[in-house]
Amino acid sequence: MLGAEQSICGNLRAMVEQAGKPHEKDSASAPILAATDLYCERDDRILFEKLNFQLQEGQVLQIKGDNGSGKTTLLRMLCGLNDSYEGELSWYGQPMSECADAFYDALLYIGHRVGVNKILTPRENLAWSCSLRRQVRNDEIDSALLKVGLRGFEDSQCFTLSAGQHQRVSLARLLVSDARLWVLDEPFTTLDVTGVALLEKLIQDYSSQGGAVLVTTHHPLSVNDLTQLTLGRRPEAAESWA
Amino acid sequence: MSKVQSTLIKAFVSTLRRDLLIAYKKKNDLFNPFMFFLIVATLFPIGISPEPEKLSEISAGVLWISALLAALLAMDNLFRADYEDGSLEQLMLSPHPLYFLVLAKNIAHWLVSGLPVVLVSPLIAYMLSLPEGAYVTLFLTLLLGTPVLSLLGSIGVALTVGLGSRGLVLAVITLPMSVPVLIAGTLAVTQTLNGAELSGFLAIMGAMLVAALTLAPLASAAALRISVN
Repeated sequence: MLGAEQSICGNLRAMVEQAGKPHEKDSASAPILAATDLYCERDDRILFEKLNFQLQEGQVLQIKGDNGSGKTTLLRMLCGLNDSYEGELSWYGQPMSECADAFYDALLYIGHRVGVNKILTPRENLAWSCSLRRQVRNDEIDSALLKVGLRGFEDSQCFTLSAGQHQRVSLARLLVSDARLWVLDEPFTTLDVTGVALLEKLIQDYSSQGGAVLVTTHHPLSVNDLTQLTLGRRPEAAESWA
Repeated sequence: MSKVQSTLIKAFVSTLRRDLLIAYKKKNDLFNPFMFFLIVATLFPIGISPEPEKLSEISAGVLWISALLAALLAMDNLFRADYEDGSLEQLMLSPHPLYFLVLAKNIAHWLVSGLPVVLVSPLIAYMLSLPEGAYVTLFLTLLLGTPVLSLLGSIGVALTVGLGSRGLVLAVITLPMSVPVLIAGTLAVTQTLNGAELSGFLAIMGAMLVAALTLAPLASAAALRISVN
């Protein structure tokens, strides 16, 4: 069937790419993710047009913007959850439509809704969401939950936990994954001070190992080599507030 | 390639086990469709007539309609919680084909909501004075037919999961697709009582099941992509 063919092609391509990895200058010339002339409108309102950006390996890109300026929409577009846009997306220089399998193999997305089932325990939630990507051992899961500060809560059902703890369960996926691109939508909103510091350190370590991060937040990120992209700046609105 | 297949099998099994675990921990979802089936089926003798002759004429139809309504009642749970908490997005962004993951969810859902109805059906059939020779037919056709109802219902649920009020829309989408299964199931029971060969009906229902297994998850997966968009 069509799906099977696509997955074979995608995996071959992924292997070819990985074989070509040692040449650092190659990966520097082809950005991990690039957007060209993105255009998106919603309810007859243009969210963004002629939006261009590139994301290199090891780069952290913070997307900022007013409420309703399309930050979440942009992330969902990049992940393929939303296809109501025009423009080109490319992955290592290839059009996204041709290498979807390689892309999903390397992507880890944590959305605004964190994907934690309230009936299950943190351990069960993490085991399931990680098994969608690769095989994980139980001790990997336990140590990830320990690192995000959920010691003692591994086997409590998630409806007894707070929103910040749900966020921590989803962040534990970052520790277990082998993804090359993290896409994080408002990951700081419900975290406490130690949680924020932990996530900043995770992002910092990950980017220094060559991982690329796309993150939307209003929180001032203390991360080296931070690039920022501001969406939907409307001068007239800013003036009316001033 | 074999590594890809083995992680796909792991993801499939893990999704199946997760949904069964959720159903086990949330017991009212487990018993609601089952109790609904029992209640609807027991209301017919009270409402129509307790006479065995009359009941035996309608019993196959009553059992099939009750099973269909119970399946419809159970459907709404399939994707809603996952849609609301974001797990559905994780499912869709998995490197594995969504077809298999949706199939795993459908199988778990049938094991929880469909299989208990099939298993208890001979007891209800006895209560409704189903003719002696029809028990095997009824049981086998329900066993083949209720998974088809679940798989078809899953398409409707996937299409309506993003809507606020979906009860009636879901029924309007799902019931027309379910009618052929209902006809085949009830026809099998009445025709085999009149001396027809059972194997032909089983072949038709088996074909329906295979078609639903191969095509319905594809449609559900496409519908989910539209709903999440």
